[in-house]
Amino acid sequence: MIVAGIDVGGKNVHIVIKKDGQILEKGTAPTGIKKAEAVEQLYDEILKKADLKRKDVKRVVATGSAAKRAAFASGFIPDVAADARGVIKQIPTARTIIDVGAEEGRAIKVSAEGKVLDFAINEKCAAGTGTFVEAMSRALEISVEELATIALNATQIIPMNAQCAVFGESEVVSLIHQKITKPDISRAVMDAIAGRIGSLARIVGLERDVIVVGGMARNAGFVDSLKKTIGMPVAVPRDPDYIGALGAAEAALAEVMTEEAKGKVPEKENVTEGKP
Amino acid sequence: MAQGAKQEFWRWPETSWVSPNIDWKKGELITAGVDVGSVSTQAVVMVDAELFAYGNTRTGSDSPNSAWNGMNFALKKSDMKMDNIDYTIGTGYGRVNVPMAQQAITEITCHARGANFMYGPAVRTVMDMGGQDCKAINVDERGKVLNFIMNDKCAAGTGRGMEVFADLIRVPVWEIGPRSFNISKEPPMISSTCVVFAKSEVIGLLEAGIPENEIMAAYCSAMAHRIMELLNRLGVKEKFVITGGIAKNEGVVKRLEKELKIKTAEQVWYNKAYRNNNVPFDTQIAGAIGAALFGHALLKMGKAKSTRKA
Repeated sequence: MIVAGIDVGGKNVHIVIKKDGQILEKGTAPTGIKKAEAVEQLYDEILKKADLKRKDVKRVVATGSAAKRAAFASGFIPDVAADARGVIKQIPTARTIIDVGAEEGRAIKVSAEGKVLDFAINEKCAAGTGTFVEAMSRALEISVEELATIALNATQIIPMNAQCAVFGESEVVSLIHQKITKPDISRAVMDAIAGRIGSLARIVGLERDVIVVGGMARNAGFVDSLKKTIGMPVAVPRDPDYIGALGAAEAALAEVMTEEAKGKVPEKENVTEGKP
Repeated sequence: MAQGAKQEFWRWPETSWVSPNIDWKKGELITAGVDVGSVSTQAVVMVDAELFAYGNTRTGSDSPNSAWNGMNFALKKSDMKMDNIDYTIGTGYGRVNVPMAQQAITEITCHARGANFMYGPAVRTVMDMGGQDCKAINVDERGKVLNFIMNDKCAAGTGRGMEVFADLIRVPVWEIGPRSFNISKEPPMISSTCVVFAKSEVIGLLEAGIPENEIMAAYCSAMAHRIMELLNRLGVKEKFVITGGIAKNEGVVKRLEKELKIKTAEQVWYNKAYRNNNVPFDTQIAGAIGAALFGHALLKMGKAKSTRKA
């Protein structure tokens, strides 16, 4: 049986196609301004790569802040639920999930069954999101990847005073003028965002194991700073930026299984939509 | 996106003024206030507590230089020298780094005092809208601070946020206010609070073909709303006045008045002689005026000694 999970976020769309529990194909693309078009285009590309037609996919579930842009999906699940499903499938010992995307940060408390017990979200402020790091990398005139790596070579800890990304850019420029090295500034940037995320996670309470997902989980400097900030080890699953899409695919699979167990597979029109 | 010649849309005009009517050599006490903000620096020179000269400049990369820039700009059209000044007080974000100052006083105290001088004793609430912070201040009839509330954490609702927006939409910052009213209907406000997220939202609106003027209106509304939240927490009392750079942006001020259902006081001098002599009314110099007035008061009370050299 083939199902698809689609995660439409602030900056990128991620799609996973699963067949009988195995990942058949996956892909990502920037959402750009015309999100709906970007989603449709990527979905068709991935189907083509997997040599499938749209009708071959039994169920499509979408998640993410712009989930509704995947108009062809038959169901929608909240992003915290997708994160929980996606992580628990890979790491059953997960109890706290920290998801740091481009424009949102989330801390989620989950049960052993992958049920969301509590969560906290920041979607109002760029401090504590990937966008903050992007802005700082522009001020430093290096790529985000380089910033993430050189932060690990820092020789001193410089606290950043600014919380706001706009003020942070000016602060980074003034640190450059003070002849602070780029690795040290990068570390300061990572500590700043880790501090924001740490505060968010403390709202729901930190319980091991702590798992970091989302685009920022690929950022080694950030993961290192986060460990130091919360004083706990953190783990990064495989494909951390695909966790939302994987969780959505899990939800699609679960829906089909439940319906089959009940002995009826409703037509697309009859499916009640979940909250995005 | 094709970029033309690099133009700095955020760059607002710097101003200076010297009184043609005051002979400073006949004055008893000459005091100065230097307000080094994060974005702009103002220097004000007062002769016996009357406005003699001011300079309003952009803050550079370090406070001492910016303070000197402001001071030199204020004095350049007069024959007064720094050595002729009895006492100087620094204020603003960079107040501890004002090299010519003998003392530093917080900008909240100074803005309250300055607003009292500029707008008169009936002022009860002062909203200082600075470059990187905004403060709502309740004051008494002498311009003394009773209570205040400030945002210095977030660029939303600050001058810097407006500058970022001006640069993004490529419209000179002083044109945004007037152009934001040149619309057929008032659009819904920008929904993102964060300036960084608002930028993405604005790009989306531009892409969707929304007229530039409407986007300016939407941004001004969002800013007004943000300031209103701060004011509501403090409690606004009339006479209500705005100081700082955003006071010059009618797009924000008029929308704020509409939301609050309270008018801001007209931007004219309380002192009739200033009005009759056409002394320019610059909302950005309130802090520096306050500082210079405190210098005068301290000398008068004998709590400070003149450091005049010539």
